[in-house]
Amino acid sequence: MTKTILEMRNITKTFPGVKALSDVNLDVREGEIHAICGENGAGKSTLMKVLSGVYPHGSYEGQIIYKGEEQHFRSIRDSEHKGIVIIHQELALVPLLSIAENIFLGNEQATAGVIDWDETRDGARKLLSMVGLSEDPDTLVTNIGVGKQQLVEIAKALSKQVQLLILDEPTASLSEKDSAALLALLLEFKSQGITSIIISHKLNEISRIADRVTVIRDGKTIETMDTTDISEDRIITSMVGRSLDDRYPPRTPHVGEVVLEVKNWSVYHPQHRERQIIKNIDITLRRGEVVGIAGLMGAGRTEFAMSLFGKSYGQKITGEVYMHGQKVDVSTVERAVGRGIAYATEDRKTYGLNLIDHVKHNTTIANLTGISRFGVIDDLAETDVANEYRKKTNIRSSSVYQTVGNLSGGNQQKVVLSKWLFANPEVLILDEPTRGIDVGAKYEIYTIINQLAAQGKAILVISSEMPELLGITDRLYVMNEGRIVGEMATSEASQEQIMRSIVRAEGKAS
Amino acid sequence: MTTETAPTGAGAPAKPQELSLWGALQANMRDYGLLLALILIMLFFQYFTNGVLFKPVNLTNIILQNSYIIVMALGMLLVIVAGHIDLSVGSVSGFIGALAAMLMIGWKFPPELAFLANPIVAGIICLVVGAIIGAAQGYLIAYHRIPSFIVTLAGMLIFKGLSLAILAGKSVGPFPAEFQLLSAGFIPDIIGPTVVVPDGEGVQGLSLHTTTLVLAIIGIVAMMFFAIRTRARRSSRGHEVEPFSLFVLKNVVIAALILFFSYMLASYRGLPNVLVVMGILIALFVFMTKRMTFGRRIYALGGNVKAAALSGIKTERLTFYVFAIMGALAALAGMIYAARLNSATPKAGQGLELDVIAAVFIGGASALGGVGAVAGAVIGAFIMGVMNNGMSIMGVNIDWQQMIKGVVLLAAVFFDLYNKNKSA
Repeated sequence: MTKTILEMRNITKTFPGVKALSDVNLDVREGEIHAICGENGAGKSTLMKVLSGVYPHGSYEGQIIYKGEEQHFRSIRDSEHKGIVIIHQELALVPLLSIAENIFLGNEQATAGVIDWDETRDGARKLLSMVGLSEDPDTLVTNIGVGKQQLVEIAKALSKQVQLLILDEPTASLSEKDSAALLALLLEFKSQGITSIIISHKLNEISRIADRVTVIRDGKTIETMDTTDISEDRIITSMVGRSLDDRYPPRTPHVGEVVLEVKNWSVYHPQHRERQIIKNIDITLRRGEVVGIAGLMGAGRTEFAMSLFGKSYGQKITGEVYMHGQKVDVSTVERAVGRGIAYATEDRKTYGLNLIDHVKHNTTIANLTGISRFGVIDDLAETDVANEYRKKTNIRSSSVYQTVGNLSGGNQQKVVLSKWLFANPEVLILDEPTRGIDVGAKYEIYTIINQLAAQGKAILVISSEMPELLGITDRLYVMNEGRIVGEMATSEASQEQIMRSIVRAEGKAS
Repeated sequence: MTTETAPTGAGAPAKPQELSLWGALQANMRDYGLLLALILIMLFFQYFTNGVLFKPVNLTNIILQNSYIIVMALGMLLVIVAGHIDLSVGSVSGFIGALAAMLMIGWKFPPELAFLANPIVAGIICLVVGAIIGAAQGYLIAYHRIPSFIVTLAGMLIFKGLSLAILAGKSVGPFPAEFQLLSAGFIPDIIGPTVVVPDGEGVQGLSLHTTTLVLAIIGIVAMMFFAIRTRARRSSRGHEVEPFSLFVLKNVVIAALILFFSYMLASYRGLPNVLVVMGILIALFVFMTKRMTFGRRIYALGGNVKAAALSGIKTERLTFYVFAIMGALAALAGMIYAARLNSATPKAGQGLELDVIAAVFIGGASALGGVGAVAGAVIGAFIMGVMNNGMSIMGVNIDWQQMIKGVVLLAAVFFDLYNKNKSA
């Protein structure tokens, strides 16, 4: 009855500069639904990538024992061969192929390379009925909603004779109805003997369908619990339960007058016109204040910040922005920067830096007018600026001529900061400023944030690490599903309280 | 004493720092390497053509033969650095050549419009039309996000057809003498020739185009002056400067090269007009890419378009300008080409785009955008040009010439990527 199907022993996975997993243990029993919980960046997805062979055997330490045998998966193909199928957060479907083609992608119903289309359609139809999806197998995937796409992914998994199904945040982008249908489907699979691992931070879902839950925090297994006799609060405590020690520099805020006010801000999805991503947000920022936005992945925090910064995200943007009480136009990045707003991205490699160029050019690119006259750059002034900010933000590079792509994550982040500091903004929006960087560099970034606030800048920090928000901010907004669902002074806030406002909002929505 | 291999990192240097000789050489290895490759290739052909390559008349020819490639390579460099490609430049240059011919010769204007046939007016019209063609393609690429490969492939077909159409399938020429000066002319020797060896019995005389030599010397002095001034400024403001030995060596070598080539040109007919035009354009583009915000933004755009947009750069408008500039340069190249042949032919310009693109890639630009230098593109064009010239003189068959050029292009890019991977 309680046979173990999968055991992961002492899994350790290191990325350059970061230990993502250390000595993680996981055991999953045959036929159960096992939930894995943890904050963003705790290592859940990394663990599943180790299991499914995305990170091949040899790139991590530890053992994977599946059905009593030690496994050495070198690729997803190997793990799928054994019946382990992972469905990622970002769906891996080809939008312009049909449902049937997607289901059998890489596993075509063919003899000698010639596809048997009747077989393909019949097979697809059979699988679709198993997941309760009544769509024509010839429909293009791009023409069905996200919820149905998720079901197509599951049908695809079933076609591979799945025995252990792994779902990474399967309901993150689904509506309540679609989520409920998906969860019901998982329970049905359970009755057919398929084991599932579900990664989720929606605690109400976990307590509804999971048999056991394993909590991961900071790349370590904290505990595994039976969900029958456990409260959501107990899971929350386990997820966030670490103390705030001296990982944050001391902070004495000097908060002044209101600098930025955003009123009734709404944004729609850039492709799906009817999907509202940001719903009537109001926020204010004061001089010298560090304000945080807490929320789970997909809450719309980045989307909000980017839409505010020169309409860099979304469409049909409505709402008003006031600086010092004056209504301002921030409809292009240039105007936003001109009004004194800067946005340092969460994804520095994609949106923040020119990785093939050096520190100097990256530092000045957002404010070239500051070092040029009549369009002619003063090279010496530029070098001086680059050296000054390199020193200020303590960038560890051989010189300002080192290619940014060769710097560590922490130093790259400091280059992004330098770039925006040189643009001299009044309002600085920092999106996940410490993502993927080590503890020491984090402390340096926090110190810079403190100094900037002391100089009178208003700083908005978006972070998925709640302790970080509690450690460095003065005031907090909590966002969920495109709304502000809570506001609190940091001195009166706790991680439990933040989690509760999120969970409460989710409960209300369902 | 330990040898210093890397510049020290911490803090702004209080006193002027000199980079180590080896470090400075390494940092500029690609630039010097390319120039060295060009010189080696020239010496190679000098030997195998029994000294024909370096004959004054042949050197002049090499410049005339490659001027239109170089002019277009300047624009193509911007296009490729911005992360795009322009396949239409050959056809556009051919079309503009045809337009110039029809304006000046083919179309019979009524008297009140006769001024359109004036070579200067016609030349300006051609440049403007070229810029508009480039702008139209740039508009579709920048604002409607149609891949540049497709837009300019379409442009290539369209303008190939248009040249045929307006020339009615025939060659049109000859051009007015003033227009021919663009390619066939040399600057006047206002000072008068310097006779070194007078013509005599059985002795071929040698007289030099004095103005050319004087201009070369003025140029060298100006270059030295600016180099010394920049070095002094850098060092007085506490910036790193290259080692003094390297600084002297570099400037002396460059001055010697200029002097040598101007002597060669002076012993033929002097400085060709087209070299003056080219020289001014090259200087302008070097300045634009190295020192102006416009150029810097193009590199940022090509390096990471999303990051550039989020830094407040108007990426669409910039792309649009880049293609407009390319169009104007293609027009200029088309006129130079037509003036050189002294007629516009329906086939003019066809396939030139490939030579231009090859020159830019040999010059070290990255096909992914964000990397490339004007000097590299110019040297790349000369490498191709010298190979064409040298192999023709040697009597290498055209089939072999093509293959050898292909191999050189591949080898240059391979070598580049190999070096990059090794250093990364």
